[in-house]
Amino acid sequence: MYSYTEFDTAFVAERNRQFRQQVERRISGALTEDEFKPLRLMNGLYLQLHAYMLRVAIPYGTLNGAQMDQLALLAEKWDKGYGHFTTRQNIQYNWPELRDVPDMLDALAEVGMHAIQTSGNTIRNVTADHFAGAAADEVADPRPVAELLRQWSTDHPEFQFLPRKFKIAVTGAENDRAVIKAHDIGIQVVEHDGEIGYRVLVGGGLGRTPMIGKELAPFVPQADLLPYVEAVVSVWNLLGRRDNKYKARIKITVHEHGIDEIRERVAARFAETKAAFGGVDLELFEEIEAQFAPPAFRNAPTEAFDAAYEADPVFRAWCDSNLTAHKAGGYAIAQISLKAHGKTPGDATAEQMRVMADLARRFGHDELRITHEQNVVLPHVHKSDLPEIHKILKAHGLATANIGKISDIIACPGMDYCALATARSIPIAQEIATRFDELKIENEIGELKIKISGCINACGHHHVGHIGILGLDRAGVENYQITLGGDATETASLGERTGPGFPAEEVVPAIERIVDAYMQHREGPGESFLQTYRRIGMAPFKTALYGEDAGKRQRAA
Amino acid sequence: MPKAFTPKVVTANALLEGDVIYLAADDRWVRRLDEAEIITDEAIAQLRLLDAQARASEAVGVYLADMAPTEAGPQPTHFREEFRATGPSNYHHGKQAAG
Ligand code: HEM
Ligand code: SF4
Repeated sequence: MYSYTEFDTAFVAERNRQFRQQVERRISGALTEDEFKPLRLMNGLYLQLHAYMLRVAIPYGTLNGAQMDQLALLAEKWDKGYGHFTTRQNIQYNWPELRDVPDMLDALAEVGMHAIQTSGNTIRNVTADHFAGAAADEVADPRPVAELLRQWSTDHPEFQFLPRKFKIAVTGAENDRAVIKAHDIGIQVVEHDGEIGYRVLVGGGLGRTPMIGKELAPFVPQADLLPYVEAVVSVWNLLGRRDNKYKARIKITVHEHGIDEIRERVAARFAETKAAFGGVDLELFEEIEAQFAPPAFRNAPTEAFDAAYEADPVFRAWCDSNLTAHKAGGYAIAQISLKAHGKTPGDATAEQMRVMADLARRFGHDELRITHEQNVVLPHVHKSDLPEIHKILKAHGLATANIGKISDIIACPGMDYCALATARSIPIAQEIATRFDELKIENEIGELKIKISGCINACGHHHVGHIGILGLDRAGVENYQITLGGDATETASLGERTGPGFPAEEVVPAIERIVDAYMQHREGPGESFLQTYRRIGMAPFKTALYGEDAGKRQRAA
Repeated sequence: MPKAFTPKVVTANALLEGDVIYLAADDRWVRRLDEAEIITDEAIAQLRLLDAQARASEAVGVYLADMAPTEAGPQPTHFREEFRATGPSNYHHGKQAAG
């Protein structure tokens, strides 16, 4: 696994030292809030509704046991005993006090972690497929590229004051688990005639004007990637609208200028950046790649797994929903759901974090991943260890068997924490999960992804949820808009609004009516909600939600 | 006819702790909404706001929040202020836990 160089360590230490002084100067009154705010945001510190919030980067969602233990320590020592894992593969602490934050940052630095560029108009924490280096369907591990991009973008002088934030995601497989089509730049590792290269997408994004990314280049050779990405960012840095923050993201630039013009401009700029790079990035890439070498997988029998799978229905249900095929024989990728029914999506207690750290050390080659779906992954576990792993998870409330199911909901913090929110999202997620757990039909429903945001900024990815829920403020009352048919994968699409929104207490019944309509219309258990929606369209769902007339109008339109 | 003035309280987040604070009539920052000064005059509200904003080493993001005056003190007229006065709904944390 990648470990920090001395350069990185010194850089982070210096940043923390500066921030400690900035905090002191703010407290003494030498800095005003207007002066201090950009400085704290650069270090991941927000002020929310009830308290400060510290956002810690988990680059490409990868961390080891010691790092997870340290996250637990922070939760216990300076927070209220838990942390919140987010869709950006970060962890957020909801209750730190200002004076403690420099100590928290120092504690993170001890394990090579930090909060740099988790905020501000910079290139943010680069995200990657959470199954990187493990998935059976992968062309190559996307993390060396993500790390290369992280090193290149961190403190890059040209890109500290971009028109707006800039988010990059990388996937190593055709099956997109990194939502690359909803990022400013999405990168897919591809192979053409034995050569590794990158398909580059641009202009995706959610927020108030959601857009699906477009293909900028089908194949950029490995050697050209950094100069090519730099050319893209540089073209946008010049063209991007700084006059209006809602139009500043590259998706708007691509929309306004058209993908063809952007492609030409990038090609012209690339001629310059390519000449300027001169190959150091290639050596760097090789060094980085070596650090992501796969662990030494062991060759062992899997009978213990097979026996437990046969004998224990609870274990079997967990395996069926939480395991994914691994590239190494006898191994599996195991997801730990942070979506226990009725609990806050993405939250883990300090104790649970330690349990996961310990499992990684004992059974998982000391690796953990955070998914953008707010769950945790043990990427490399031998199947023979799974019965024991499951037993330990169960003892700590971590064995919920619901990955990809209706209760595996993404929810942003919403108005329970976020100062920008227009409504709550967490209680809606809790109620939906509790209700469908009571109905005991989750498994029958099959794959169904609900994503909830507490305002138009769309941190909860509602646009790309099979069912999306957006919380709004309608004349001083929480009201929820529902969209259907969104998709966050390689077949990405944006959800379509069903019609008028619903007050909070009517959201669960509305979701039940949608699910009933799906169950009635599907061609069989093999047809997922999304497939059914794509086949039959909105009308039957409108009828289910608003009555016969609404459905008819939809069909006539 | 000018629109009736909705009574206000001065509120902010504390610089050090980050939690919600309100301005009391005696100029102290208080943690509980029922101890906050309710201001029914627009001109006075603006003055109190300016005074509070000048206390930059104590409070961040000072603003006037709409309230309904009641026997039990100011009551939020919007759910956002209700949450600020209470705490999050998923845990018994924040103001509700302070009792
Ligand atoms: C203090 C809390 C937060 C604030 C102030 C905040 C602010 C914002 C804003 C203003 C946007 C819109 C950006 C744009 O359209 O230009 C946004 C988008 C987004 N945020 Fe947050 N956010 C917060 C929490 C979170 C959390 C908890 C997550 C992860 C669960 C998250 C992940 C995202 C994502 C995925 C997007 C949409 C993707 C995109 O940038 O287009 N944010 N956020
Ligand atoms: S979507 Fe809105 S409410 Fe939710 S975290 Fe983002 S900014 Fe806050």
